[in-house]
Amino acid sequence: MAIRRGRGVAAINYPTGMNLGGDPTQALVHSTPTGNFMVTLSSVDLGQGMKQIMAQICAETIGVPTDRVVVDTADTDTGPHCMGTFASRGTHRAGNAVIQAAREARQVMLEVAAEELEVNASDLETDGQGNIIVKGAPQKSISIFDVALSAHFKRGRSISGRGMFLIPRSYPEKETGAMKPSTCYAHACTVAEVEVDDETGEVTVLTVKNVFEIGRALNPKMVEQQLVGGSWMGISHALYETTEPYYPSRDHGGTDFNQYLMPGPGDLAKTEIIVLERPSADGPYGAKGPGEMCANPQIPAVANAIFDAVGVRIDTLPITPERILRALKAHAPN
Amino acid sequence: MAKVPVQFTLNGSEKAEFIDSGTTLLHALRDKIGDTSPKGGCHQGTCGACSIIIDGELRLSCLTLAETCNGADVRTTAGLSEGGGLHPLQRAFLDAFATQCGFCTPGMIMAAKVLLDHTPNPSREEVVEALSGNICRCTGYEPIIQAVLTAARSNSQNVA
Ligand code: FES
Ligand code: FES
Repeated sequence: MAIRRGRGVAAINYPTGMNLGGDPTQALVHSTPTGNFMVTLSSVDLGQGMKQIMAQICAETIGVPTDRVVVDTADTDTGPHCMGTFASRGTHRAGNAVIQAAREARQVMLEVAAEELEVNASDLETDGQGNIIVKGAPQKSISIFDVALSAHFKRGRSISGRGMFLIPRSYPEKETGAMKPSTCYAHACTVAEVEVDDETGEVTVLTVKNVFEIGRALNPKMVEQQLVGGSWMGISHALYETTEPYYPSRDHGGTDFNQYLMPGPGDLAKTEIIVLERPSADGPYGAKGPGEMCANPQIPAVANAIFDAVGVRIDTLPITPERILRALKAHAPN
Repeated sequence: MAKVPVQFTLNGSEKAEFIDSGTTLLHALRDKIGDTSPKGGCHQGTCGACSIIIDGELRLSCLTLAETCNGADVRTTAGLSEGGGLHPLQRAFLDAFATQCGFCTPGMIMAAKVLLDHTPNPSREEVVEALSGNICRCTGYEPIIQAVLTAARSNSQNVA
């Protein structure tokens, strides 16, 4: 009986969003009388940073500082339609919708500015600091604050825009069954090192090294934050979490929060994260969806590492000490 | 059910309420007094989201009856910031990106505060131990551990 070491690797190809019948998200953007911009969405921020990213995307598109943008994701009853925050689709789908809405709002903003400055709207650009300037003649400018006031109180214009992003439903070809389930794929690879105690079946994950290819990281710190948390979650899925340990039998199922197992702060593997940026063709500013993917490759990597360590293939999650011991027993030469 | 009076200080100011006997402090704080910084995750003492400080000790407000707190000094994350500025722990949590959904954060900060009050220069193991009663679903803990270590370092620099 001994502690055995193993190493496992896994790579994944992860679609952004789903396509069960068309995958739409809509966004509305409008300016307040003082030239702040409001993004209205039904997409939910559940801690991954949706609001921050949508504010950045809107600000970048309109040409204003990010702190001039407020994102309202308050209410799916009253907001523009969104399929939801799942399948790593939030940044990609809502981001594209916000770009479209923000472009339309920007166009109206430039038209109002053009009237105020008595120039052509196509001769105007934003300076990113809250002003609109005449190309090549920056001394001729107007603040977005004044443009918004003019639109609201003088010219009767609504500086606003509508955005709609739809991945249309893809039907399988009759002959081949081929279809296009997704338009945008992120990728990841993980190497995990484990120790397995072949007497108790206990697994300790020593290190996890992850590489994530996620398109462009629109907010690198927030991407890293999500990937670090996701890597932990992947190990948690691999080794700990289940509500139904003996599915379909309810025996020994957890009945409450306190019986749902996850690794705590004392059970952390040494974790490394590397981000590769390969801008996607149809993502907002090149983004893909890293969300769920960040918790996926650790699972097969850990399973492979366990195989490497003790020679048994466990194909049921989570890989509990009991499952390992049973597999070892079934495997043992009599 | 008869109401009972309870009186304690919350983050330095006097609070007095009539509550149903058996009301938890978590419920009294959130729904009576309006301090929603302690979160109700499990309501059974296993997640740590409701952690607060009573007379200098870390306590779970979901398992503490409000009526046992008469005369107590109760502290929550809502009372941490000083003069409008963030407390070093709050600043460190922000800088380390140690919060995502934020549900565990007030409890984590309370647990870290009690640790640093008693052990200003904790080792990593001591931080891990201090946070081990608090569950986080999002961050993978490492950013939280780093935030607490950073706050401890910035505290000791201020003293030096
Ligand atoms: S709510 Fe008190 S420990 Fe979970
Ligand atoms: S940040 Fe979500 S539970 Fe900790």
